Amino acid sequence: MSLRQIAFYGKGGIGKSTTSQNTLAALADLGQRILIVGCDPKADSTRLMLHAKAQDTILSLAAEAGSVEDLELEDVMKIGYKDIRCVESGGPEPGVGCAGRGVITSINFLEENGAYDNIDYVSYDVLGDVVCGGFAMPIRENKAQEIYIVMSGEMMAMYAANNISKGILKYANSGGVRLGGLICNERQTDKELELAESLAKKLGTQLIHFVPRDNIVQHAELRRMTVIEYAPDSRQADEYRTLAQKIHNNAGRGVIPTPISMDELEDLLMEHGIISAVDETQVGKTASQLV
Amino acid sequence: MSVSTPTTIQEVKDRNRALIQEVLTVYPEKTAKRRAKHLNVHEEGKSDCGVKSNIKSIPGVMTIRGCAYAGSKGVVWGPIKDMIHISHGPVGCGQYSWAARRNYYVGTTGIDTFGTMQFTSDFQEKDIVFGGDKKLAKLIDEIEVLFPLNKGISVQSECPIGLIGDDIEAVSKNKSKEYGGKTIVPVRCEGFRGVSQSLGHHIANDAIRDWVFDKSEGKELAFEPGPYDVAIIGDYNIGGDAWSSRILLEEMGLRVIAQWSGDGTIAELEATPKAKLNVLHCYRSMNYISRHMEEKYGIPWVEYNFFGPTKIEESLRKIASYFDEKIQAGAEAVIAKYRALTDAVIAKYKPRLQGKTVMLYVGGLRPRHVIGAYEDLGMNVVGTGYEFGHNDDYQRTAQHYVKDGTLIYDDVTGYEFEKFVETVKPDLVGSGIKEKYVFQKMGVPFRQMHSWDYSGPYHGYDGFAIFARDMDMAINSPVWKLPHAPWKADPEYVAIAAE
Repeated sequence: MSLRQIAFYGKGGIGKSTTSQNTLAALADLGQRILIVGCDPKADSTRLMLHAKAQDTILSLAAEAGSVEDLELEDVMKIGYKDIRCVESGGPEPGVGCAGRGVITSINFLEENGAYDNIDYVSYDVLGDVVCGGFAMPIRENKAQEIYIVMSGEMMAMYAANNISKGILKYANSGGVRLGGLICNERQTDKELELAESLAKKLGTQLIHFVPRDNIVQHAELRRMTVIEYAPDSRQADEYRTLAQKIHNNAGRGVIPTPISMDELEDLLMEHGIISAVDETQVGKTASQLV
Repeated sequence: MSVSTPTTIQEVKDRNRALIQEVLTVYPEKTAKRRAKHLNVHEEGKSDCGVKSNIKSIPGVMTIRGCAYAGSKGVVWGPIKDMIHISHGPVGCGQYSWAARRNYYVGTTGIDTFGTMQFTSDFQEKDIVFGGDKKLAKLIDEIEVLFPLNKGISVQSECPIGLIGDDIEAVSKNKSKEYGGKTIVPVRCEGFRGVSQSLGHHIANDAIRDWVFDKSEGKELAFEPGPYDVAIIGDYNIGGDAWSSRILLEEMGLRVIAQWSGDGTIAELEATPKAKLNVLHCYRSMNYISRHMEEKYGIPWVEYNFFGPTKIEESLRKIASYFDEKIQAGAEAVIAKYRALTDAVIAKYKPRLQGKTVMLYVGGLRPRHVIGAYEDLGMNVVGTGYEFGHNDDYQRTAQHYVKDGTLIYDDVTGYEFEKFVETVKPDLVGSGIKEKYVFQKMGVPFRQMHSWDYSGPYHGYDGFAIFARDMDMAINSPVWKLPHAPWKADPEYVAIAAE
């Protein structure tokens, strides 16, 4: 079987890292050999695998050693749950330098040093929004071929999902990147499943899985573990196993997304009665003005 | 194109207009439309040259322009000799602009002056990713240890500094405090700003205003201001230009308290707000600070031109008119003193250069300022243009310098310039190093008019003698009689390409 290159994107705080690590842990249980590449300066994409926040990020070690050329793969790669290989790109403190360039540097280093040999899956976990070219790196140049967008029924999460689809579309024809599907991480908003399915349809893709909300995720998280490891017999663990199986069976089924306009997105919310149709004359008026 | 040489002004104008149309035909429609606005034939009596200027160059053409960093580090700040100018960013910008301008200075390099040295923060990948502020702070510390006699530091930003958002102002302020109020000037001259080096001049001028003038307010001056104090503004001392200008001002009784910035010092910059008059040579690169000093300190400024005796005389009298009779008499005495020298120079070279034609393409002030010097030698400038001029430059050119029918080309492309020279067939082209060999290979005599072709000075009376000699040397060199195209002598000749 050839290497599956996947990436998780989505609005900041939506649960990308938690969802991706639980899913990948379940895939490891299925016997898959996995590499996780954390592309977030916070370096918390592999925390649940390692039971600790990775201290030795590629960029911090490179800065210490002088340059990234001075590093060996062993220096940066940590082995976590079920032999999952973990690397964190790392990056600067908020407000200084260029984290985007850091992601580019790190991914190039991993490729050049054979980090992708003898594995079945490489998974990129990328921070919140695609804010610059550096964070679009996994989408570009055939790094990731399937993108999974973690979202919820919240307006801004759907908005971000649509924006990320635009990014995928931009590179879909020059490279081979495809949208694998949406993963809805339940927030218990109104008609969430219905909305997520509708958005998936609009984007020309599918809702891969609806992950229900369960406090056990929080319990596992506090112990720096995935649910798969912390409570393998729980219902939530089964949910992640189902998601993992669905992703595993989704090989080659990615699509070129059809992102929609902001207006269409609002229409979608109206259709499902989340917001009522707004009279154009009321736009920009405060509640008291409208009385 | 007709090969006959036009004789009347009307014929010249018609030929030039047709030539402009001809070069435009090779461009795509949109490009032709845009370039057409930068090319014109000057009409006598018009208030400007009828071209658009200071507009972004078109991608795909070969432009001769530089960037904002070049304008700040290379032109304005670089020549200030007792300061250390850090090329802040990756190594290339500093390395490839290293000592490229011939701003002469006196001093012991590496001890109290640093003009021909290159200082760079040599950014590596980690500096981009994690930011370069710490490295800059360290570099400043190292400079203080290694070169304790430096009088100040400027931080010349290369492109990445602006992209990654480094706070060079904070580093400069902290280090200045740490080193007892030392002058440390952050300059935001990232190369991607603006359309040419011109914005770099402006940014550099503003940095002097904010970080030298404003910071040195209340500081005690090391000299007693006098009634005849002037500052030379916009002379970069290429090949010693400022020196051959300075002596004329001094001989007429003025005291030169500052040179901006050729052979200049930070103390001279700080002293300039006490000047009685600022005399401005390169208007383009330093009009900004001159206007500021006029507004804030009430110092008048006057443009002058020290190329060729006609313009020198005019300028000396104009400068003297700002002072009393003593200085005015001094100006006349200077003019009289050098008359014999200029007469001898003209007597020797004018017969050899009479009627020769010149095409210019340079920066700052030279596309207009040198015209008088050529005319003093009996030569005619038939085409001229600015790399990075603005409309006020073209106004000055039209009103005081160019003749009817002169071909005008703003931000000329490599292709246009070659075609123009091929057809106009001037006896001399004056431009830069990138153009030099193109035209010499075409068999056209050439002088570099940025660096004076490793000669100079060209300013002042002394400079005029050297200018005349150099132009004669280029045009009348016997070398131009030696190259013969074999296919012209033998029609059967078959040229074989070199392998």
